[in-house]
Amino acid sequence: MKAVLLAAASLIAASATPAAAETVAITNAKLVVGDGAGPVEGGTVVMTNGRIVAAGAGVAAPAGARVIDAQGRWVTPGLVTGFSRLGIVEVDGVAQTNDAAAARSPFNAALDVSPAVNPRTSAVTLNRAEGVTRAVVAPASEGSIFAGQGAIIDLGADMDAVTRPRAFQFVEFGEDGATQAGGSRPAIYAAFRNALAEARDYAAGHRNEDAMLTRLDAAALVPVVNGQMPLLAHVERASDILQALSLKREFPALKLVLVGATEAWTVADRIKAAGVPVIASALADLPASFESLAATQSNIGRLEKAGVTVAIGMINDNDARQARLVKQYAGNLVALGKIPGAAGLDWGAAFATISSKPAEAMGLGGEIGSLRPGRRADVVIWDGDPLELSTAATAVWIDGVEQPMRTRQDKLRDRYRTPAEGSLPKAYER
Amino acid sequence: MFNKTIAIALAAGLAVACTAAQGKPASSDAPRSLPSEDPYPSTYHPYPGMPTLVTNVTIYDGEGGRIDNGQILFADGKVVALGQTVEAPQGATVIDGKGKWVTPGVIDIHSHLGDYPSPAVAALSDGNEATAPVTAQVWAEHSVWPQDPGFSRALTNGGVTTLQILPGSANLFGGRSVILKNVYARTVQGMKFPGAPYGLKMACGENPKRVYGGRRQLPSTRMGNMAVDRQTWAKAAEYRRKWDKYVENGGEPPARDLAMDTLAEVLRGHILVQNHCYRADEMANVIDMSKEFGYHVAAFHHAVEAYKIADLLKENGICAAMWADWWGFKMESYDAITENIPLVQQAGACAIVHSDDENGIQRLNQEAAKALADGRRIGIDIPDEVAWTWLAINPARAMGIDDRTGSLKPGKMADVVLWNGNPLSVYTRPEKVWIDGALMYDALDPKRRPVSDFELGQPGEGDVK
Repeated sequence: MKAVLLAAASLIAASATPAAAETVAITNAKLVVGDGAGPVEGGTVVMTNGRIVAAGAGVAAPAGARVIDAQGRWVTPGLVTGFSRLGIVEVDGVAQTNDAAAARSPFNAALDVSPAVNPRTSAVTLNRAEGVTRAVVAPASEGSIFAGQGAIIDLGADMDAVTRPRAFQFVEFGEDGATQAGGSRPAIYAAFRNALAEARDYAAGHRNEDAMLTRLDAAALVPVVNGQMPLLAHVERASDILQALSLKREFPALKLVLVGATEAWTVADRIKAAGVPVIASALADLPASFESLAATQSNIGRLEKAGVTVAIGMINDNDARQARLVKQYAGNLVALGKIPGAAGLDWGAAFATISSKPAEAMGLGGEIGSLRPGRRADVVIWDGDPLELSTAATAVWIDGVEQPMRTRQDKLRDRYRTPAEGSLPKAYER
Repeated sequence: MFNKTIAIALAAGLAVACTAAQGKPASSDAPRSLPSEDPYPSTYHPYPGMPTLVTNVTIYDGEGGRIDNGQILFADGKVVALGQTVEAPQGATVIDGKGKWVTPGVIDIHSHLGDYPSPAVAALSDGNEATAPVTAQVWAEHSVWPQDPGFSRALTNGGVTTLQILPGSANLFGGRSVILKNVYARTVQGMKFPGAPYGLKMACGENPKRVYGGRRQLPSTRMGNMAVDRQTWAKAAEYRRKWDKYVENGGEPPARDLAMDTLAEVLRGHILVQNHCYRADEMANVIDMSKEFGYHVAAFHHAVEAYKIADLLKENGICAAMWADWWGFKMESYDAITENIPLVQQAGACAIVHSDDENGIQRLNQEAAKALADGRRIGIDIPDEVAWTWLAINPARAMGIDDRTGSLKPGKMADVVLWNGNPLSVYTRPEKVWIDGALMYDALDPKRRPVSDFELGQPGEGDVK
């Protein structure tokens, strides 16, 4: 079975035209739709033209479809990482390969990560092989509270990685923001108000002589102030969260999404009332800074109980490469449910935090993150429970295209399966 | 001291004869000795515990053994007996372990809790004396803040009972490590593992050359790293000779050099080398250097390329302390593979799972589980109970404390975790943790959950973390 899949995968990699038009039905699956429900046995998922047609227990494989018998294995939507720097960094410590931040650029809000996305980044290959199919990719801020415009990408083995360029603006509102703004939180809000005011002026065709933003930066913030582009705001402290929420009174169209939000559980009702989604770190439970004193692994569980839309992101957490860990994180939230006094998630809700919830937080719930009809056909077959530590993805489809699964790491492993050299140096073994 | 010396030498797998310094009584007038070996002695004491019997439980003994549906008894701080059935004294607390697992406490050989504590503010950042490439004179224990909230998370989420706190890796010779019992105390002395040997933190590769090369000083290259290392060892050998000669023959005591004190103790086999080193070729260079100067490396830490030289590590009796899946954050971690740990195990070398991280230390059992599964997927079929050695007896050996902890052998410290399920599953968490037989964490009892001074009175105090 594995050999067949590998052969199929290499054919796909070699073919110039992706086979997205093919109708594929995966039958006999332990099927997870990703909408918060648990798995159903004997499920089928059907995809054609790169989209999901149907998924469920009573679904029949259409005539002419390529039928794949999952033999009872788990089949889920591909994982969506709620916050990452996937595809814009090869080696974090090698500056030339790291496009996350631009310390010496005169621009900030205008910076757009999408041209930097390299689908051949080894982190894309590796995370794809582990079942991650989409990611929210944010720039990092240097010299301004505005980091720039992030993208939603797919992790497919083709050169068209960007699902949605300029999908959001990313801003630092907490301790990091204070540093970037000049040294204090008041400096953040002065910078923010000024920037949005200049964006409004720019949209109205005015530009004052004392404008602080470049034209491009002001232009980039127009869709933010108009509410056409979500504003992802990194905040951790409860008072900073409330401050961010209150900005909606001043800028009513603002489409706010909170990122990090370690202390969110202490003001969950206010977040719920504001209708603002949260992309949080799953397991951050240390007072890593004075803005995260109330850190607990129960943050996400308590937010979910309060009715907040909450997703898992890799915030300051190996964001360029370890998106695959979201499975483990979600599993840990299930485990937490057994500890008295803690708030965990049930399995279905936990899986949603790494599939449909991040999609919904980004306003893309109709497009990605679940196997509901019409969604992009990102599908994974697993050799066990996808949240369990021993499980691996065995086949991955993105936009209906079956993906290659082999990585550079696999080749290194095979080369050194026996460490001693044989009849020729290791350099000849491949 | 004599017994301790021998125990340590044996533990490290060294054929070190007792030196003139330790072996011979001072001959004539005033007693002559080496500079004090233990000027900051441990004041740790075990807390009281009840004789405890856990029944119907799956036991991994930490040395690769397993008992299904078994029983374990500990009392007076020590493991008393384990087996299919065990005779328990009257009045012992009996815990039904049905569906649960018992293991020895997790040991992390590489932690910076206390010297890089939470909150990570500059005022508390005490892990790297990054002012010179050789700072063998510094001792991590003099940086450890015993109020680090991280100790409590390692205990309650990770089942960590013993940990080695290392200086950082900016320097070639970073300084002495300290081994702690994971029990809060007012002072670091109160946490120190009684009688544990010291470690010496060394570092290869990118960090020292980046830190000092960035200041246009030696070392700025890997060859510079090695040159400074070798020169320093040469100096240490000379220092050791002078002191050993003084102890043997008397005369004026040589001038004290704190850095050289530490390195001379390494050369005498009393301090264990814990060497941060990612790349296979650099580990091979260090192995040759250790032979050149007559010391032994206990473990390579962050050994992401251990799989490339697992045979060399076995041959030289050196452990590899590894992550399950960290990779790519810098050039020397680029070739990390998730099968590293099982490949090292399969080669017959000593494999250890370590954290180097205040979050990772909370889930070392999960790191082992991931590595184990990735090994099995390529046909390396290591039993669960053998994988547990990566968290137990193997780090204990590399830290020189395996005669006292690291497994559930009768007579050893009762450092024990009761897991509420299979500890290699993501759905499992520690239910109870005993250290020296004292119940230090109970998931079912909020009163058995430590809160450090720092968190007292803060938002979320006493919350389940």
